[in-house]
Amino acid sequence: MRERQVHGIVRPKNAASTALRLILFAVLGLFVLYYLMPLIVMVVTALKPLEEIRTGTLLSLPRDITFEPTLRAWNSACVGVRCEGLKPYVWNSIAMVIPAVVLSTMLGAINGYALTKWRFRGAAIIFGLMLFGAFIPFQVVLLPMARTLGAMGLAGTVPGLVLVHTVYGLAFTTLFFRNFFISVSDGIVQAAKVDGAGFFGIFFRIVLPMSPPAIVVTVIWQFTQIWNDFLFGIAFTVGDSNPVTVALNNLVASSTGVKEYNVDMSAAIIAAIPTLIVYVFAGKYFIRGLSAGAVKG
Amino acid sequence: MSDIRLRKVRKRFGANEVIKGIDLDIEEGEFVVLVGPSGCGKSTLLNLVSGLETLSTGDIFIGKRKVNDVAPKDRDIAMVFQSYALYPTKSVEDNITFGMVTRHVPKEAREKALAEVSELLHIETLLTRKPGQLSGGQRQRVAMGRALVRNPDVFLFDEPLSNLDAKLRVEMRTEIKKLHQRLGKTVIYVTHDQIEAMSLASRIAVMDNGTIRQFAPPEAIYEEPVDLFVASFIGSPSMNLFKVRVVEKSGLRLEVTDEEGTIQFPVPVALAGSARAYLDRELYLGLRPETIGREGTQRPGRATFGFERMIDVVEPTGPDTLLVFTLGGIEAIARVHPEDKAPVDTRYRFEVNMDGAKLFDPETGKRLHPTVLKI
Ligand SMILES: Nc1ncnc2c1ncn2[C@@H]1O[C@H](COP(=O)(O)OP(=O)(O)O)[C@@H](O)[C@H]1O
Ligand SMILES: [Mg+2]
Repeated sequence: MRERQVHGIVRPKNAASTALRLILFAVLGLFVLYYLMPLIVMVVTALKPLEEIRTGTLLSLPRDITFEPTLRAWNSACVGVRCEGLKPYVWNSIAMVIPAVVLSTMLGAINGYALTKWRFRGAAIIFGLMLFGAFIPFQVVLLPMARTLGAMGLAGTVPGLVLVHTVYGLAFTTLFFRNFFISVSDGIVQAAKVDGAGFFGIFFRIVLPMSPPAIVVTVIWQFTQIWNDFLFGIAFTVGDSNPVTVALNNLVASSTGVKEYNVDMSAAIIAAIPTLIVYVFAGKYFIRGLSAGAVKG
Repeated sequence: MSDIRLRKVRKRFGANEVIKGIDLDIEEGEFVVLVGPSGCGKSTLLNLVSGLETLSTGDIFIGKRKVNDVAPKDRDIAMVFQSYALYPTKSVEDNITFGMVTRHVPKEAREKALAEVSELLHIETLLTRKPGQLSGGQRQRVAMGRALVRNPDVFLFDEPLSNLDAKLRVEMRTEIKKLHQRLGKTVIYVTHDQIEAMSLASRIAVMDNGTIRQFAPPEAIYEEPVDLFVASFIGSPSMNLFKVRVVEKSGLRLEVTDEEGTIQFPVPVALAGSARAYLDRELYLGLRPETIGREGTQRPGRATFGFERMIDVVEPTGPDTLLVFTLGGIEAIARVHPEDKAPVDTRYRFEVNMDGAKLFDPETGKRLHPTVLKI
């Protein structure tokens, strides 16, 4: 048995390189702390009673852990005049994010497939315009979108917000799928055409089953974008139809008298948990999907 | 029953004309190989026949039917693609039967066809695997199986063997030939490998830059190439082409001069008539490597001619040995029996079988035709 078996590139072993590696790890460690600090402060604060927050420091650990603020944030803290916690707004967000992610991912997949495998006159121009859509700032679409929603009778509703996110997300989802499908051999589609399958037959029976890497990337991307969105939420919904991000803002803003930092922090954690879960459970597929170029046939 | 006729077929991609007016008549049951350098339009032409590309102008007939506007699935063709193009998420069985499923072929018929084809191709044991779990040769078989179950009138192959290693390529080549002999269906087969073309084809169409240079049986392509392009493309190692001057020195001679001296090849008797028109002008003399050997080894009764050159390189290939020498500034190759080889940097007496020599017009590139001798 060899004493140490490390896979990978052979590295010279001497004092200088060891020192360099130590410095490298120290710097990386600092970065880690820097990124983790806000989360630590949030979690620590959320679990402390108000009394302890007032007397202790920002980073001191809670002496008696309490979940009371978390529960309050969930179902009884006041958001504006409505004192039911974040719960109804979390449901709003879920009702928004699921259809918006599913729709924009599906449409993006069909777009990407059509753009790469059924090249038609003007496909390049259309793709160029779609790509352009990925670079349009949120603010630019606010007014036209508001008019459109108004005209459709969807202003201030969750379905309206679903539409906004679906449309705005199309540019990204199309881009993701186009870049994935471009690496799928045209021959596969041609073979299916000779085999007698049509546009949707090939899409659903051949192309889509090959696409999990692209689907995972797109779903994660869209989910975090839409869940975390604040601007569209505040612009296109009112009161009861607010998504959780907007409600969080209102909750923090509407506390009267003593500022209940522990409730605020709990609320922020509640709002952040779904995206955290997605990253923890699907993050590795995300990385894998991003690097999944060629599909072996 | 399906012969294939192409009439004035053109294909443009934007401003780029890729197929520049092709007429081709392929008889029923023929094995036609399209051969040519990469990018000359072979796949495009095949895709025009399959319907995967639309014609810019011209007509294509399969059998009696004009198929210009017929979708690929309705052309009664089956295709084997270069990269196999197997459906990666489907099992071998589903790959093979996918076409029948989309055509709503009843289950019993599907299973019967699958059983027949998988037995024919010896892939019975692979049916539940995914393409990713197959070797290159096995994938190739599955791709063939997918085409065979269609039982079409016409098979189209686009470089089906080019991703296989050399040994497997030769094996599959033989199998494809056997299959064709057995099924007797019309085949159009694209390759850039001229050996594959020679060994498979009943007729070869040599393509260059969107046109067909020559369409003829393999022997004719090899022995009677119409021009310099065909002559140099077909044959491996390719034909030696020397720039020579036609002179009159006790008969017509083809003269080539370099540092090692002047050599005057005799003009092959049959070509004397055509060559005379080039007196005091230049021609290309084409000598295939196998027509150059060691002195005294040519078959008796041939018009032979001997000359001497230094050997630059010796390349044994097994059955033959290639001797590389320089003549008229050209690196030339002689294919000799291994026993006839000699060390590098020695002088060697070569002997050419001038009956196999070809002459080409340097401007048009066309081969000079033999003339009947008038005595
Ligand atoms: N879909 C296409 N769009 C534009 N150009 C194409 C397309 N398909 C092929 N070409 C061009 O046509 C030429 C011939 O291609 P191809 O038929 O694939 O050649 P070959 O199969 O002989 O290697 C190439 O120059 C290629 O770039
Ligand atoms: Mg090709």
